[in-house]
Amino acid sequence: MSSTDESSLTASHKLEYSYKRSLGPVLSRFFTGIRDRQLLGAKRADGTVMVPPKEYDPDTAAALDELVPVGPGGIVKSWAWVSEPRRQQPKDHPFAYALIQLDGADTPFLHVVDTNDEAAMKTGMRVTATWADEATGAITDITFVPEDAR
Amino acid sequence: MSEEVSEPIEVLRLPVELEYQYTAGKSASRFLRGLQQGKLLGQRCPVDGRVYFPTRGCCPQHGVPMAEEGSIELPDVGTLVTYSIVRVPSANIPLELPYVTIQVLLDGADTVMMHVLGECELEDVHMGMRLEAKWKPEEEWETSVGNILYFVPLDEPDAPYESYKEHI
Ligand SMILES: [Zn+2]
Repeated sequence: MSSTDESSLTASHKLEYSYKRSLGPVLSRFFTGIRDRQLLGAKRADGTVMVPPKEYDPDTAAALDELVPVGPGGIVKSWAWVSEPRRQQPKDHPFAYALIQLDGADTPFLHVVDTNDEAAMKTGMRVTATWADEATGAITDITFVPEDAR
Repeated sequence: MSEEVSEPIEVLRLPVELEYQYTAGKSASRFLRGLQQGKLLGQRCPVDGRVYFPTRGCCPQHGVPMAEEGSIELPDVGTLVTYSIVRVPSANIPLELPYVTIQVLLDGADTVMMHVLGECELEDVHMGMRLEAKWKPEEEWETSVGNILYFVPLDEPDAPYESYKEHI
């Protein structure tokens, strides 16, 4: 590149705000559960179960500390097909983001359904969680697949 | 799940990042190409004559274009305006702790640049000290401010406070 070249220089630029988050007692058990291949929800005083668990009841503000097993199966309540995943999305091929209500849970939670094509996606379909070979205790340890595909 | 008690997961590392192509524009490109030749280019405002470093496409105070003809080469010596001793590590900053980040007012410039100080004991760092750039070997020069490794103290009397007080 010559010094008289008037064109603009370009460079790739990466701006990062990486940080560590302390999970606290409730979410710590949730992520430890994921690593140990067990999904957990928080049981509220009225008996309903929230996934992912929250530290406090959103209606009564009561502290929640009873975690109960949920899933691994569940129902797709709503979904959106991602036909062109971006670099940091969870899959490098088309997939669906879905709100999945796990068996035993009363709230849906957002995760990934990995199917070969959009036509396989339906509201009300049953899906089940599958785990990465090496679970580390991250939400990305799991992926949902259609139950009939297993 | 095995019988042995597993360590609980108590902390999550959350990577939040923006990755994009940065286009420097004509003016900053001129500055960066100057660096490749070991030159520090500033730019004089046509309205009040203040010298901005690095070069800019327009004056931030008067909003007027600053033409290439207004570029001036600044010396690689200046005055330490403010500093901070860093004792806490950060990801992506490979410097050995502790290190000193500094604001340097180059001689002839009216704006400060940020860099690091080297070859200086921590207890000797002070405002007003005179500094000189320590460059990488010429064969390693790129279009980068990284061509300057750090600034080192000059064996000169301190600059008077009046000469840099408006830059603190
Ligand atoms: Zn101006």
